[in-house]
Parts: sequence; C-alpha cells; structure tokens
Amino acid sequence: MSKKSNTTGKYEAGVKAYQETYWEPDYEPKETDLLACFKITPQPGLPKEEVAAAVAAESSTGTWTTVWTDLLTDLDYYKGRAYKIEDVPGDDTSYYAFIAYPIDLFEEGSIVNVLTSLVGNVFGFKALRALRLEDIRFPLHYVMTCGGPPNGIQVERDKLNKYGRPLLGCTIKPKLGLSAKNYGRAVYECLRGGLDFTKDDENINSQPFMRWRNRFECVMEAVNQAEAETGERKGHYLNVTSPTVEEMYKRAEFAKELGSRIIMHDYLTAGFTANTSLANWCRDNGMLLHIHRAMHAVLDRNPLHGIHFRVLTKCLRLSGGDHLHSGTVVGKLEGDREATLGWVDLMRESFVPENRARGLFFDQDFGTMPGVMPVASGGIHVWHMPALVSIFGDNVCLQFGGGTLGHPWGNAAGAAANRVAVEACVLARNEGVDLEKSGREVLAKAAKHSPELAIAMETWKEIKFEFDTVDKLDVAS
Amino acid sequence: MEMQDYRSLLNDPESRRFETFSYLEEMDASTIRKQIQTMIDKGWEIAVEHVEPERSHITYWYMWKLPFFGEWNLDTIMNEITACRTAYPDHHIKVIGYDGKRQTQGMAMVVHRV
Repeated sequence: MSKKSNTTGKYEAGVKAYQETYWEPDYEPKETDLLACFKITPQPGLPKEEVAAAVAAESSTGTWTTVWTDLLTDLDYYKGRAYKIEDVPGDDTSYYAFIAYPIDLFEEGSIVNVLTSLVGNVFGFKALRALRLEDIRFPLHYVMTCGGPPNGIQVERDKLNKYGRPLLGCTIKPKLGLSAKNYGRAVYECLRGGLDFTKDDENINSQPFMRWRNRFECVMEAVNQAEAETGERKGHYLNVTSPTVEEMYKRAEFAKELGSRIIMHDYLTAGFTANTSLANWCRDNGMLLHIHRAMHAVLDRNPLHGIHFRVLTKCLRLSGGDHLHSGTVVGKLEGDREATLGWVDLMRESFVPENRARGLFFDQDFGTMPGVMPVASGGIHVWHMPALVSIFGDNVCLQFGGGTLGHPWGNAAGAAANRVAVEACVLARNEGVDLEKSGREVLAKAAKHSPELAIAMETWKEIKFEFDTVDKLDVAS
Repeated sequence: MEMQDYRSLLNDPESRRFETFSYLEEMDASTIRKQIQTMIDKGWEIAVEHVEPERSHITYWYMWKLPFFGEWNLDTIMNEITACRTAYPDHHIKVIGYDGKRQTQGMAMVVHRV
C-alpha cells in the first residue's frame, strides 16, 4: 500500500514539497508500470529527492499547488513516483532519477500520449538546468496495444526473396535539383548494378524541380527495368512525407498503384500521429515502410538535455516502421559503437536485457512484435564493408550513397563493387574468417575477379572519418 | 584502369542474378561444403530446390524431395545436390538453410546455374 498524499483527509490549499507525495524510495515497480530514467541537471542547491519528485509530478498528475479536485480522485493510484536516484559515472553535476508511472496514465497504442506526458512541460521546468529522457521501459501490456512494424524483418526478406546477407541501398544524389527523368536514370543504374534498394533523399518531397507524381512514375519504370534485367527483386523508397496526411495517403496510394514494394516516411518531422497512421496503411496494403529520422540529432545529441535515441528507437518500433536509420559506427555521422549496438538490439530483438555498458537502463520485452531492420548510412564505402558486416551481421540495410554514385565508372559499377564486397565478406565470415582482422585480404581476393571492386578500393583507400563522439555513454573511466 | 562499360542486357542470360553469392565466382564443391557446414552448425535444416532458368524469378521453385531433416552428413547432402542435377540437368539449383526458430530461411544460395 502506498502512503496517502493527504494525511488529514481535509482540503488544505497551498504549496507542498513535491517529495512528500512523489518520492517513494520503497516503491517496488509493478510489471505493468511504465518506467522512465531521466538524467537530471538541477539548479544548484536543490535536494536530489525533491527535484526527482518534481519531475515525477510534472510528468504525471502534479501541478505547482494543491487543488480541491485532487480530492475527487485517487491520486495515490494515478501519480508517477520517483523510486530511485543514481549517480552518473564521471559527472557530479547530474544524476539519474527513475520514475514509475501506472499504465492507466497512457492511452493504448499512443506513442503521442506517452511522449506528451513524459517529455512535455517538465522539460521547461525552472528547477532544472537540463533534463534528458535516457530510457523508457514499456511494459509488455502496453507494447501489445501498439501496431508495431507493418511487416518486420522476416516478412521483408520473404517478400524480397533475399536471405543470408545484408541488404544494399543507396540514396540518390544530388539530393536536390534533379529532374524526375534524370533521377530515374540514377535509380536504374544503381539497381541494375546489383543494389537491392535506392532511396529518396529525405529532403525530396514534391518541389518545383521534381513533383512527386512525375518522380514516382520515372522511378518505378527504372525499378521494373532493373528487375527484368537482373531477375532480382528491387525497390526504391518512395518518400511520401507530405505537408498534410491527406496528401501523404494520396502519394502512398499512387505508389501502391504503380506496384512499388516500399515507401518512406520521416517520423520525427512528420510526427507520430502521421507515422502510426501510415504504418497502419502499410500493414493493410502489404507495403514495406522505410523510416528516416531527420531532426533526431536536435533531440538526442546533447548528453545532458533532450531524448536519447534509444527512446526514439523504441517509440518508432511501437509506432511502426520496417526500416530505421541506426548510424554506421564507422562512417561520417555520430555514433558510439556500444550505444549503437544497444539501440540496434532494440530494433531487432524480441527481448533486450538491461545492459549499462550499452546504455540500456531496463529490460525491454517486445513479445511477438516484429523487428525493425536497422539502416546504416552515411559516409561509408567498400573499405568499411568488413567492419559493417562484422558489427551489424546480416539483418541490416547498408546504404552507400557517395560510395556507389561516386564510383569512377558510374552507379552500376559502384553498385556491383559494393555487392561483390558484401558477398565476399559474408562468404568469408561463414567460413570462420575474422573480418575485422582479415577484411583487407578478403576484399583484395574478391577484387581479383571484379574490376569494379578493384577500382573502388583504389578510389577510396585514403578516406577515414575520425572525430571524437560528442555524446558518449556515461561510464566510469 | 581505363573506364569500363557495365554490361547488363535483357536478352542475355548472363545478366540474370540469383541473390546471395551470385556476384561472386561460381562456387566450387569445397566452398559449397563450407557454407552448408555453417548452416548445419547453426542448427538449420538443409533443402534443395530447382527451376527452369526462364522462371527463376518466382518464389516457389520445385522442391527436391523434402528438406533433409536432421541430416548433418555433408557427403549425403552433396550427393543429393548431384542427384537433383542429374534428374534436372537444365535447371538452376539452390541450397536453402531453414531456420525453424525464426521461421525463415537463414540462407538461400544458388549452387548451380545452367
């Protein structure tokens, strides 16, 4: 039994310390509770328990003052509770607060509702200098109310008939300014050379230089030609991200009419309502859904403030999507290896145990919800292939933009180089070769039979991306 | 190296590809054995399928007998591939590793193309 917040039973107007009501160090979280871990950087001089309790209050039932209507309900049942405080290793200005929320606080199947509560007003709270939502444990009871990925990894492989290797993709560049017909040419060249997918850049929606309908028609002609020539199944992520949901559906319907296997959506800029609806449409129409994450770094890059990407990953898996960008570990974009492996597990696995070394604060059970295919994209080329296959395994889509289009002999040759490289790495790995040690030899051997790979290796031999990660995991050194 | 044309033609059977490993050199017996051994080591069940070249894009190729449930002997499996080739000399042949736990094919690779 929880202690009563109002001990006298009488209405007493005024301001009470938050911790009287919202700090319960003895509380045992229930299986059905939604748990959250916040990293709190308080204003100087405030007790930890009071600030943690304030965060619990402001993200659940609390208001700054007592109100008489509090007495018309069972606030002890509905309130969020701060139940644990932990030090952040290597940082004495901030600490972790763990908060448990009863499942009744959230509408079923609504990531929108969960985020509105957990990352709503509380983030502007004056007692805080900064606040970061590090992790959420969604109880399986709540997971089961969400639609999840429209297809999932296994179904995607069955639809595409591709097994036992990573999928290969490429974002078409330049990302702005091509006409639809020239854009279709670039798609065709990539796909006939051996890629599985090409992708609309996220900036491509329906601009004056290339309207969406014209693009969809040209691209699908390119996909169909490449399929006929190679005999393999292929796709182009047709971006249906739109200014309105009506327009989004219109574009999705046309993609289906043209026979596209996959469409694309930007889940953060378009929002979770649009995304969840589109995922439902995809499930109803047998369409794969590729998810881009523009705006994520605004939310997740600051180590002290915002929302960690592992939370955005869980939210996407529940809202619905079959692909999600994960970062590459080795390319040009931010991404610590262990942290990346943590959220890659959250995309693909059924059960992910707590693992502080990977930044996972809770066990997370997804039950039978299908997995999301991580997409590794950004500044990668053939030399990265051994490391990528070793880090991500088979269930990943590796996207080489410049690494395909920048090949000295053009897109088709660039695509073939990447395809030979990935197959050579998988073949060698299956034979027991350690790719991170012997990757160079594996590629060199494969290049003997592929001039496209040989020239790609020559072109990119000097490129490296070595900057330190801004958002590191909090670990004691 | 001088720039080269990338050849892929609709009417040239050489342009057809067959998913995993079809961009590498055709596999010899020892390479095939190593890949099948990896599937067996993962606990997958091995199966053989075949199809007429002009229908290779379809989902359901002809199944050769049944998957070889519980068969871990590489020689026996290689003999089945040979028997399938003898019975259908003008068909493509594919080896599959069924991953029953994940209800999917863990691997599918064409080991013989005509």
